[in-house]
Amino acid sequence: MSQTATMTGTAPATATTEPSGPRPKPFFTPKRIIIYTTLVFFSLYFLFPLYVMVVTSFKTMPEIRFGNIFALPSQVTFDAWIKAWTSACTGLTCEGLAPGFWNSVKITIPSTIISIFIAAVNGYALVNWRFKGSEVFFAILIFGSFVPYQVFLYPLVIITRELGIFGTLQAVIVVHTIFGMPLLTLIFRNYFASLPVELFKAARVDGAGFWRIFFEIMLPMSLPIFVVALILQVTGIWNDFLFGVVFAGTQNYPMTVQLNNIVNSAQGTPEYNVNMAATVLTGLVPLIIYFVSGKLFVRGVAAGAVKG
Amino acid sequence: MQQSVSIRDLSLNFGNVKVLERLNLDIAQGEFIVLLGPSGCGKSTLLNCIAGLLDVSAGQIFINGKNVTWMEPKDRGIGMVFQSYALYPQMSVEKNLSFGLRVSGMKKDEIDRRVKRASEILQIEPLLQRKPANLSGGQRQRVAIGRALVRDVDVFLFDEPLSNLDAKLRSDLRVEIKRLHQRLKNTMIYVTHDQIEALTLADRIAIMKNGVIQQLADPHTIYNKPTNLYVAGFIGSPAMNFIEGDLRDGAFVAKDGTSIPVGSYAYLNGAGSGPAVLGIRPEHIFVGEAAQGMPYQADVEIEIVEPMGSETLAWTTIAGKPVTFRCSSDIDIHAGDKMRVGFDVARGSLFDAKSENRL
Repeated sequence: MSQTATMTGTAPATATTEPSGPRPKPFFTPKRIIIYTTLVFFSLYFLFPLYVMVVTSFKTMPEIRFGNIFALPSQVTFDAWIKAWTSACTGLTCEGLAPGFWNSVKITIPSTIISIFIAAVNGYALVNWRFKGSEVFFAILIFGSFVPYQVFLYPLVIITRELGIFGTLQAVIVVHTIFGMPLLTLIFRNYFASLPVELFKAARVDGAGFWRIFFEIMLPMSLPIFVVALILQVTGIWNDFLFGVVFAGTQNYPMTVQLNNIVNSAQGTPEYNVNMAATVLTGLVPLIIYFVSGKLFVRGVAAGAVKG
Repeated sequence: MQQSVSIRDLSLNFGNVKVLERLNLDIAQGEFIVLLGPSGCGKSTLLNCIAGLLDVSAGQIFINGKNVTWMEPKDRGIGMVFQSYALYPQMSVEKNLSFGLRVSGMKKDEIDRRVKRASEILQIEPLLQRKPANLSGGQRQRVAIGRALVRDVDVFLFDEPLSNLDAKLRSDLRVEIKRLHQRLKNTMIYVTHDQIEALTLADRIAIMKNGVIQQLADPHTIYNKPTNLYVAGFIGSPAMNFIEGDLRDGAFVAKDGTSIPVGSYAYLNGAGSGPAVLGIRPEHIFVGEAAQGMPYQADVEIEIVEPMGSETLAWTTIAGKPVTFRCSSDIDIHAGDKMRVGFDVARGSLFDAKSENRL
């Protein structure tokens, strides 16, 4: 009692000099200055090209020829965007990027859905329904992700030709599904391995079978990892150039191939504003996916990394 | 009498590691049996084999006289409760309870009837619409028990169901499980590493070590007549005191020459001789007046005193070995005190030093 009394008695006198309460956190410490300088520098470093692209795409060709690439457009015009979408020449036809966009959609949606579904079932089976040789199977699958794509190109061309689908959308979809398998199976396997195995056991005691456990127990718990897989596949397939140009056939070229044809066309003067607009348009889909699901993405990546 | 669960020569190997080896166990109808042992002794593995979640390497399992060795878990007539509750996180309590019944294609009104009965028994009716994330640990474990209950099975399997709960809840749920068993009269197989749970719940305890059942007996026998040194040391807290020595001429001679009379000891197969270990539980060593009349008595100095509230634990040295004994907390006892202690080997155990088996 007497001790508490003395403590309250002396407290006001020492409040200014003696540490008391939360430690003060000054904003301008050397550490903070370094951190923010670095962050700002790298942000600018990555954002500057984007800035130049967007600004240029709103300019007219005469203005671009002045050479002030960092200046804001004196007169904002959407002509370049409209041309890029509807009438820029992509090789033989001059219909803009629109057909390529729809081709990319037709390639990306089925490839993403099919590859994610198969990989999820793979991962689930590898974790919960261990079979003889499942570890070997997994090792081979993972090895597949270390082989360069170019090595597979020629065999795959022959395989798709023999299947009679070379030069069609199906061929690109099949190829994307195959190449998505190693990485997707790995992340799904790791995610399912991080779920408590007792959950699976309980469902088996309850009498649920392979598909029932997958659809009713596992899938509802796997949203974060599905978002990760979705982002990986959508951006990967959307940005793909190689498989599109090899397997799709001219009339099915995805947006990336048509973008290349616009930008790299050797005829006439290069229309920088159209090129920039076309590039931004092509990159828009992955960008939107990132913005919409970035938070879930980070959470899912962390969840998938828990157990090997 | 009809056996509820019979295990015949069961072996299980993980690669080259033998987890269970030629294990036999008969469990009577309505019996509460506890599999007790340290982690890695194979007790959970055995439970998983009975449930059908692990394929056995050899041997047979019978449930209610039916050979279930190759059967799916759902066809074995078992319900299982897991340590981590294993509730389906995206389903409400009601859906958790009814999942197995819905899978089996049962009629809606029968499902409702069973869910209602189980939630009444476990007093979880107000929680039926909640998700598992919004339940406390004790409530979750109740739901997990309910999920086994609605299946209307003959055999309940518990895999360390209380290990994730705090001490207070654990003792509450322990009593509830006992009450549940008295009410339902199902066969229950319960895996734990907690000896208090084992002693309080079990009709019979099977103490396991390295995949082998060391002793299968009722709690009283396990505690008072342990079959070997391992069981004697595993059961009881604080642990049994052990003194090494030799049995000769009807007396136990400790390593330091102290002679302890063993005339009152009931041998299993006639008087033993040769190297032996004497085991005596802390509560079977008496102090003061109670020590008078004991076959062995000694004057000792108290070294450490641990007051536990309801009783006091004291450390001393007998026959050259550190020994603990319990005494009433009413006795005024301090380190440095000299007192007379005594015990009767009839209450203790004698083990062969070599085979470690009870003599």
